[in-house]
Amino acid sequence: MNILLLAIGAALVNNVILSQFLGLCPFLGVSKSVNTATGMGAAVVFVMTIASFVTSVVYYGILRRFGLEYLNTIVFILVIAALVQFVEMFLKKKVKSLYESLGVYLPLITTNCAVLGIALSNVQSGYGILESTINGCGSAVGFTIAIVILAGIRERLEHSPIPESFKGTPIVLITSGLMAIAFFGFSGLI
Amino acid sequence: MGKCTERLYNGIVKENPTFVQMLGMCPTLAVTSSAINGAGMGLTTTCILVLSNFMISALRKVIPDKVRIPSFIVIIASFVTIIQFLLQAYLPSLNSSLGLYIPLIVVNCIILGRAEAYASKNKVLPSIFDGLGMGLGFTVGLTLIGMFRELVGKGCVFGFQILGDGNLLQNSSGIIKGIGNALSLYTPITIFVLAPGAFFVLAFIIAFINKRNAKKAAEALANGEEIPAACRPDSCAGCINAACCGKLVSETSVPVKAAEAPAKSAEDAKQVKKQEEAQASSEKNLANNKADEADKSEEVKRDEPRLSPYAPTRESVLADIKLVPNATGKMLKEHEEEVNEPSDSDIKLKETMAHIKNKMGKEGKR
Repeated sequence: MNILLLAIGAALVNNVILSQFLGLCPFLGVSKSVNTATGMGAAVVFVMTIASFVTSVVYYGILRRFGLEYLNTIVFILVIAALVQFVEMFLKKKVKSLYESLGVYLPLITTNCAVLGIALSNVQSGYGILESTINGCGSAVGFTIAIVILAGIRERLEHSPIPESFKGTPIVLITSGLMAIAFFGFSGLI
Repeated sequence: MGKCTERLYNGIVKENPTFVQMLGMCPTLAVTSSAINGAGMGLTTTCILVLSNFMISALRKVIPDKVRIPSFIVIIASFVTIIQFLLQAYLPSLNSSLGLYIPLIVVNCIILGRAEAYASKNKVLPSIFDGLGMGLGFTVGLTLIGMFRELVGKGCVFGFQILGDGNLLQNSSGIIKGIGNALSLYTPITIFVLAPGAFFVLAFIIAFINKRNAKKAAEALANGEEIPAACRPDSCAGCINAACCGKLVSETSVPVKAAEAPAKSAEDAKQVKKQEEAQASSEKNLANNKADEADKSEEVKRDEPRLSPYAPTRESVLADIKLVPNATGKMLKEHEEEVNEPSDSDIKLKETMAHIKNKMGKEGKR
């Protein structure tokens, strides 16, 4: 039950983008069409789950054991960068279509605050290995939900009359703000 | 202006990371719930920027090109860890209010972007001032947004209550107390210090900047000048992914299918530029004088992040900005008497006019 609560909390209540402001670059940049948004969301789910798992294993198995917790920022970012490289190589060989559709967005996940932020907050909140993985997966699912909803709204925004100076980023930010208010409604869930 | 002062001015005013380049949006939205947090975050980022720019510039000839990004990240992450521990020791209140966002400075696009665009190509002293300028610009941006959000959302400025009930002015006497009583009628709009408020404030700031840029671009075109790079709508200056995207696109070999049409001219300009650099420099000058490539080569020459594939071409920009041809036509005739031979800007203006007439012809009515 605790695990389920953790997952729902990570996805809806403490949504990565709308409450914690992590991962705004891809959120605002990739959300132009629902297809690319779903692709990006899938990539983030994949990378974040594995990254949460690997970073928590590295933290508890190596850093904690040798008393090197102070190195966690450096080690985590290197692990995530290496992981994304591997994922890219793997996708290029095995699932070529997904690799083509993701294009440049996959390496963009490396410099993304979201993966590093979730990995660090897992460790800071003192989650074990299983809990970290669930938290990472839940957060990434929350990211996917938010980005797909925004992509759907953006597709319709293109046909709406918007004032000149608001076209582009400003109207997207206002939409995200309204979504953030809507997601406040989930705070009573847990 | 010396090179160092020029770097400072560039970072604070001309290419301000928050208002012009729009980099580092995550901390901008997350940390600006109060002015002091914004200022603290900005100053922390400034320290790290200066230190990392210094180190990367000092090591720029030693780091091999292929492992340049990972080594930059390791250098930046080391400095972030050091600064994080210093903050934990000497400024624990700032550390607890900034929380998770201090280690996230590692992936702040500003630091990696400046390292890639400037520090790895220039000497140590200008790099330090470049980092200082960008960091101070970021601090100014964050503090302004933080002050606004705090004032509207809580009625405080830097922790001192000014608006709303129980404000500081009510503690004194006479006229000031009267003003204080009047100001206490204000009910703070709490949503501005919460997550959605951050989105709204940033949206309005960017809209304001867009409006100003559109006006500047229209003025520049009406005067027959080149549109400044920062004023082009959807240019790299306005793209959130500017520093990261340009660098990553050039590194990965996967073509960006979504933006092929606007990317073509940018890519062509870049490829042509690369080919010419291999050949004699005179041919390079020839290409630089071409009206079509003048603005693109200007951007490539400048020490900026590389052009994003989403950057529009000159044609698409001119199509967006509605011009009144009569005004420019008149100006052209006035100047023709003074100038003996058509200058570059006149050639560009003629092309502009031809293009607009083309477009008007196609659409039929305007």
